[in-house]
Amino acid sequence: MAASRDFVSRKLHSLLGVIPLGLYVTQHLTVNHFATRGPEAFNEAAHFMESLPFRYLLEIFVIFLPLLFHAIYGVYIAFQSKNNVSTYGYLRNWMFYMQRISGVIVLIFVTWHVWQTRIQAAMGADVNYQMMVDILSNPGMMIFYIVGVIGTVFHFANGLWSFFVSWGFTVTPKSQRAMTYVTMAIFLALSVVGIRALFAFV
Amino acid sequence: MSEERNITLKIKRQDGPESSPYEETFTIPYRQNMNVISALMEIRRNPVNAKGEKTTPVVWEMGCLEEVCGACSMVINGKPRQSCTALVDRLEQPIRLEPMTTFPVVRDLAVDRSRMFDALKKVKAWIPIDGTHDLGPGPRMPENKRQWAYELSKCMTCGVCLEACPNVNSRSEFIGPAAVSQVRLFNSHPTGEMNKEERLEGLMDEGGLANCGNSQNCVQSCPKGIPLTTSIAAMNRATSLQTFKNFFGSDR
Repeated sequence: MAASRDFVSRKLHSLLGVIPLGLYVTQHLTVNHFATRGPEAFNEAAHFMESLPFRYLLEIFVIFLPLLFHAIYGVYIAFQSKNNVSTYGYLRNWMFYMQRISGVIVLIFVTWHVWQTRIQAAMGADVNYQMMVDILSNPGMMIFYIVGVIGTVFHFANGLWSFFVSWGFTVTPKSQRAMTYVTMAIFLALSVVGIRALFAFV
Repeated sequence: MSEERNITLKIKRQDGPESSPYEETFTIPYRQNMNVISALMEIRRNPVNAKGEKTTPVVWEMGCLEEVCGACSMVINGKPRQSCTALVDRLEQPIRLEPMTTFPVVRDLAVDRSRMFDALKKVKAWIPIDGTHDLGPGPRMPENKRQWAYELSKCMTCGVCLEACPNVNSRSEFIGPAAVSQVRLFNSHPTGEMNKEERLEGLMDEGGLANCGNSQNCVQSCPKGIPLTTSIAAMNRATSLQTFKNFFGSDR
């Protein structure tokens, strides 16, 4: 008997969030961090990413298809749960709730971000340091990007914790607790990387 | 101790599965060492509400009265638990009693926990040993394994973990934590292990284990202290391996 569609979709959803999406987010934030070394360094790094061989294949299979599946199935999962943090205010239940809230934030942020950068690039705009300076010169946009980046990084780090449970790597409460610390350290570290990059465009 | 002391109970009542719920308040005389069940029995003996009106006795379920059968679960002051071990002296007043929300209400505080029994059937939570002749004694179980398996066997299908779980609700088919832990129990048994794949297949079916969202409310709420999230993670590992075995092939 084959595993049900439910089972395969859920496992795939969990896997895609880490590989490739989590790795991609980490790589993206690392490249952004070049902005702290000045406009030339950022433009050079961004240009290197743009000129990778098989760019469209990489974009489709590493970013857009996994992202679409993860986003659409994720919304389905998020709206299936009946959140109850007011009655059961435990840490993990809060994380469960925030995973769903951050997921919706990420969906809105990423949709806007893809429109503002990748789609504009496809329509002829040049994605470079100046483009981000123009976008982030608007304080409203700056706040939107800060919330978006922190939401994304949280969703990834906490999703990584769930991934380790859902695939059966961390079974004991001790290992799960250790992963809580590890993933929250990842959350803090990537938040610093992301926020530093954002302020490098001001 | 001649002074009169009273207990106030606010009970969410419902006359039948289809009727709408309403609240009724009762004031009953205090006695020493009362639990919620003896308070409900007092209401049943004299079904008069706080306004002095005659009403119908409140319906609830009970069995063992020592927290091993799971029948008397209800939401007491906001949290699901067994009413037999809910001691009046330790409860904030007025005591609020509600039926569990995850299950369909039969009447008042009595709910229909059939979805738990269906879940146990789905994952084949038993050991098939019936046959035409005596099979003799089964293999022995290592003592260290027996010790943790015994903890899992304390599950009384009371429904508290399903009530606490945000993913068990009318919008989802999720079987809930209890049945997942039972698969771990029966798969740890030396004779039960012989059919472990059948139970794992049940967990991998629609509404199975993958619906868990790791809120971990279950392990916080279980009245028997069963390590439900450890069972869930262990079964996550077992079903992950089973998927690979099914796809790539294995002799077992």
